[in-house]
Parts: sequence; structure tokens; C-alpha cells
Amino acid sequence: MPNSKRLILAHFWLAFAGFGVALVLGAWQMFVRSPLHPWISDPEWYYRSLTAHGTVMAYAFPTLVAMGFGYAITEAALNQPLVGRRWAWAGWWILAVGAVTALVPVALGNASVLYTFYPPQIGSPFYYIGVVLVVVGSWFWVALMSVNLALWKRAHPSAPVPLAMFGMLGGAYLWAWTSVGAALELLLQIIPVALGLKSTIDAGLARVFFSWTLHAIVYFWLIPTYVAYYAIVPRAIGGRLYSDTMGRIAFVLFLVVAMPIGIHHTFEDPQVGAAFKFIHSAFTALVVVPTLITVFTICASVEIVGRLRGGRGPFGWIAALPWDNPIMLAIAFSFVMLGFGGAGGIINMSYQLNMPIHNTQWITGHFHLIFGGAIVIMYFAIAYDLWPHLTGRPLLDLGLMRLQLWLWFVGMIVTTFPWHWVGILGMPRRMAYFDFTDAALAPEAVSVTISVIGGLVLLASGLLFIAVLLRGHLAPVREVESYRFAEAVHPPVAVPAALNGYAVWIALMILLTLTNYGFPIAQLAARSDTSVPPVYVGAQR
Amino acid sequence: MSAPDPVHAAGEERAARVERRWAGLAVCLMVLLTGMAAYAGIHRATMPQARVETVDPQRLHIGGEFVESNLGSALEDDGSVTVRAIGQQYSFTPTCIIVPTATPITIRATSADVVHGILIQNTNINTMLAPGYVSVISARFDKPGDYLMPCQEFCSFGHEGMWGKVRVVAKEEFVANAARQRRQSCAQ
Repeated sequence: MPNSKRLILAHFWLAFAGFGVALVLGAWQMFVRSPLHPWISDPEWYYRSLTAHGTVMAYAFPTLVAMGFGYAITEAALNQPLVGRRWAWAGWWILAVGAVTALVPVALGNASVLYTFYPPQIGSPFYYIGVVLVVVGSWFWVALMSVNLALWKRAHPSAPVPLAMFGMLGGAYLWAWTSVGAALELLLQIIPVALGLKSTIDAGLARVFFSWTLHAIVYFWLIPTYVAYYAIVPRAIGGRLYSDTMGRIAFVLFLVVAMPIGIHHTFEDPQVGAAFKFIHSAFTALVVVPTLITVFTICASVEIVGRLRGGRGPFGWIAALPWDNPIMLAIAFSFVMLGFGGAGGIINMSYQLNMPIHNTQWITGHFHLIFGGAIVIMYFAIAYDLWPHLTGRPLLDLGLMRLQLWLWFVGMIVTTFPWHWVGILGMPRRMAYFDFTDAALAPEAVSVTISVIGGLVLLASGLLFIAVLLRGHLAPVREVESYRFAEAVHPPVAVPAALNGYAVWIALMILLTLTNYGFPIAQLAARSDTSVPPVYVGAQR
Repeated sequence: MSAPDPVHAAGEERAARVERRWAGLAVCLMVLLTGMAAYAGIHRATMPQARVETVDPQRLHIGGEFVESNLGSALEDDGSVTVRAIGQQYSFTPTCIIVPTATPITIRATSADVVHGILIQNTNINTMLAPGYVSVISARFDKPGDYLMPCQEFCSFGHEGMWGKVRVVAKEEFVANAARQRRQSCAQ
């Protein structure tokens, strides 16, 4: 399998190294603002840490996982060596240099603006330029995925594109387009001000630009997980995929409807009118559909395995599943967290119900459960599944892997459930300190303390994950069979062109972005009377 | 392909039926949720701000509705109350907002510098404050009491200290005070 093993390992290791550091920061943040710790004498350290945690976890880590996994799929699913490996290395280097460029000013305390930027607060220009480089590096990957598939299609006219490749490519196109929103915000608004070329900035417009990126980026994080659901899980647990077609439909739907919905992040903002808020709310409801399709198809695929292993009755097949297989554990945990996180997400997108929990700890709990839980636990599964094929050495610590997944699942539930609860009580997010001696905040102290314990369990699990992978490099070399993806019960013979390529769906995605974002952006961009001078981070006022 | 075997064909048909049902359920769920949101919005049970209003953020202190002397709670001719407030690093003005019970209240607020937010705990009053734009939100309180009002958006290093208060007093008390004070607040 993969010819580009070093390239793929470089992506995964950079991703997991960043993940490890950001995880330590996250656990520290949970502790330092809890009742277990006295007043943080300099709250700036908290926001510095939060900026680093968000920047790594949201931009660098998932992007690198998607890239590494994408290259592995390109070689394994298309069964051809990666074309343009030198360009892929160039992308990796640009990304790595960008990450360092962004994180040095953060570490120095010159860019504590959080990963969501929040103009008119303005930090060091190097922070934003570094983030742009991270994105530019990932665009190399998008282009390479596209080129490699085009070459394969030329050699295999009218053959069905393997589902794993089809899904990853959808993620790549989604990322290319959704990153444009933040790119516009950075290049047109923030960087000119950070460099002193412009003296005012419109915070309302910036928030709308960022919402363009902010929601679909979540689906970009999600795509590797969904590819793992469809293309790894059924094979890894000894079964077949229930429906190849439904997988294609799910990926196509994600590409189209993940994009024109970001304004649901600005429901409580004054710069967007009610009509566009409602339109985006309704479109967000559409995203439920590909997820429910996936839940059905994957549960059916897993049920096939349970029944093949002798499970009977409506629930007997569940007991018959191969629970000692880490991938089986991971998919089960992922689905439980997807269920809770998805239900919370439906509350967030529902126009009215969002009001009591907007910008409270509920939101932090929600996206940690969905991203850190349902998505990242499958990143672990992807690494476990792929590692032997990258190192040529088997992963022998099945028990440690199961323990690691259990700890991550339990840790994530213990962290995020109390987080949701204090959010309902109205606890705001992103605060370095809470005065739990205040009678109105005292009831939150117990919940916050419980979630600190969850955070420590997560930290232990994350470090264990890295240890398992490191030990994998030290195991004896052994012949590893070639890497395969799940086969469908009915393998696709001929696929309609619309489900074998993205041309029409990309056109639809761009069109819907224009209809759903064109007017709000044009209207805000035309204003000149709502801009404010920047507030530079660390400047004396 | 080989000739379909009858057992397999029956199973396949059943599988397709179940799949279709599930897809139908997913679509119905989506339509139901959107319909509920539309219904509640049309009936103004609760909904986000409807219109976009702007204010020159660099002249807030010079004139217009957000000058300092106009901030606080005002009793309108129709008996409703309008609260005007601004957020700036790292406090609200007024720091303590006073409102009467059993009265329709309109909160109008904006920011004088960066993005802030207003969240009144244990209510569903929650809005962003963005410089240049006026946030408008309707509210009504039934019982007297005190509420905490934290800034819910990161506004730089003093964010954790930006907590305001809302005090709900009996309507009679508020109206009596309104005769003496054009703009009320409970800030000390």
C-alpha cells in the first residue's frame, strides 16, 4: 500500500504532536478557571492558551489528519502512486511554517484574539499570516486530490470512483470553498489593519465572513470520520457496507448544504436581518438528512455483522458484535456522541431555542462533544487502522487501544454533559475566572469541578493514544497485507455521472452560497459608517 | 448479472422499503422543525432581532440616543419601558439596569469599541453587541429580583470581569421613580 508512507506519517505526526500540546493547554484551562484553582493573577495567560488551543485544534490538527488520510486513500483506493508528491511535501512545509509563524506571536502574548479572530481586536500580523499559510498549504492538498482523481478517471473511463476517494474529495472541495470566507476576512479586512494600512474595520461584516467558514469547516472536520464510517468500519469488523449509493448521496449533500447555513452562528447578531437568519436556519435543518442517512446505513452495515456472527432478534445482534475490536468500540462511542451532540446541534440551529444558550458553555460543550468526541474518536480509529500499513509493523496493544477509547469516551461525556448544564444556567464561555463565591454562581461550582475531572481523563487518553502509536514504531517488522476498504453488499457496477463526480454539486454549492450570502455581504460591504478603529492586543488604553 | 434468486429479491425489496421509510422520516423531521421555528417566529413567541439598525460607533458619546445622559431605563408614553445601554471594555453603562415587573421592555444596546454580548442569566435574553449596529431585544419580567448580566463574548483580557446586573422592581416603584428621574438605573 501507500508508497508515500513518509509523507503520510509526517502529516499524521505533525497533527498528533499539535493535538497533544493543545490537549495539555485545554486541560490546564479547565482547571485554572474551576473552583479548584484560586484567582488567576494574570488572565491574559488564559486567553493566550485559549488562542493556541483553538488555533491548533481547529485549523492545524483536523486539516493535517484530512490531508494525511486523503493521500493514503488516493494511493490505496485508486491503487496508483500519488502524482505530485513533491507538491504535497511543499504543502506540508507551508503548513508547518504557517503554524509556527502563527503560534510564536500567540506564545509571546501578541495575538490573544482567539482562533475566531474577533476584530476589531487586532493582534500581531504574523498570527494572521501564519493562519493564511496553513490554509494555503492545505489548498495544495485539495488540488492534488483533484488532479490524482482526474488522472485515474482518464485511465478508467466510466468506472465508479471508490467511495472512500469520492468522500474525501467532497471534503477537499468543501474545504477549498469554505476557507474562502475567512480568507476574505483576513485578506480584505484584518491583515490590512494589522499592518497599519487601514485604520478602521467593520466588525459586523467580519462576523458574517467568518460565519461562511465557521460552519462548513465543521463538516470538513467531519468528512474523514464519515469516510471511516463508510469505508473502514464495515471491513474492520468483518462485514460489508449496506449501501454504496447512500454513501455517495450523503457526501454530495454535505458538499451542497453544509455551506449556505453559517449565518446560524449569528442569530443573535444585530448586523443580519431576520429573513436571512431564518433561511439559514431552515437550510441547517437540511444537514440533518445526510447524517440520518449515514446513521441508517452504518447501523445496517453493523447489524449485518452481528447477524453473520449469530446474533438473533431485534437486539441480540448487538451482543454478538466483535466488541474486542477497537474499531467496533470507536464506532459505537462515536455514534453515541454523535447522537447527543447532534440533538444539541438541532437546538442550536433552531432560530429560537438558540437564544438562551447562545455563547454560553452549552456551545463549548456541544462542539467538544461533536468534534472532540464523535469526530476525533474516529481519527483515533483511522490512525489505529492505518498505522500498520504505514510503519510495516502491527499494533499489538489491543488492550491499551480499547482502554484509550474507553477513557476518551467517558472523559468526553464527563466533560461535556456538565458543560451543557452550566450553559443552560447561563454561564458565559471564554472567561478566565468565575467568582464561585457569588450566590448566583455557586450552584455551578460542582458541575464545573466534575468537568475538570473529565478533562483530566481526556488528557490521559490523549497521551495514551500517542504512546500506542509510538510503540507501534518499535514493534517487530511483519508482512502486512495490502490496505483495503469496505466492499458494499452490492458493489457499484455503474454509477450515474452525478454520483461519480462533483461538477454539478460544486456549481450548486457556489450558487447557494451566492443566494444565501450575497445580499448580506453586499449590504454590509457597502456601508462605511459602521467601521471602528482597531483595538490592538496589549496596547495601553 | 445472474438471474435474481427469489429469496434475495424479496429481501432486497424489503430493505429498500425500510430505507425509503427512514429517508421519509428524516425529511419529515426536518420539515417539522423548520415549521415549528416559522410558527413561533410569526407569532413572536420569541425570535431573533428582525431589522438591522446602525449607529455611528465613533460618535456615540457626542450625540444621538446613546449619549451618556440618555442611557438607562426610560418610561415611554405608552407605558412600556425602553432600556438603553452600551458595552465597552470592560463594563456596561449602566452597570446595573433597573426594570419594572409586568411591563413590555425594549432593550436597545450597542458597543463603543469591540464586540461584546449581553446575557441575562435565567432568562432567554441574549444578544451580541457589535460596534456600529444597534441590538434590539424585547423582554418582560413577571417577578421582582436580581439577575446577573455577564458579557458573553470575548472582549480581550478583562472579559472575565465584565459583569452587569439587572434589578427587577415592582411596577409602582418604577413608575413613582420615573416622575423624579428621566433615566433610571440602579448603578451606584
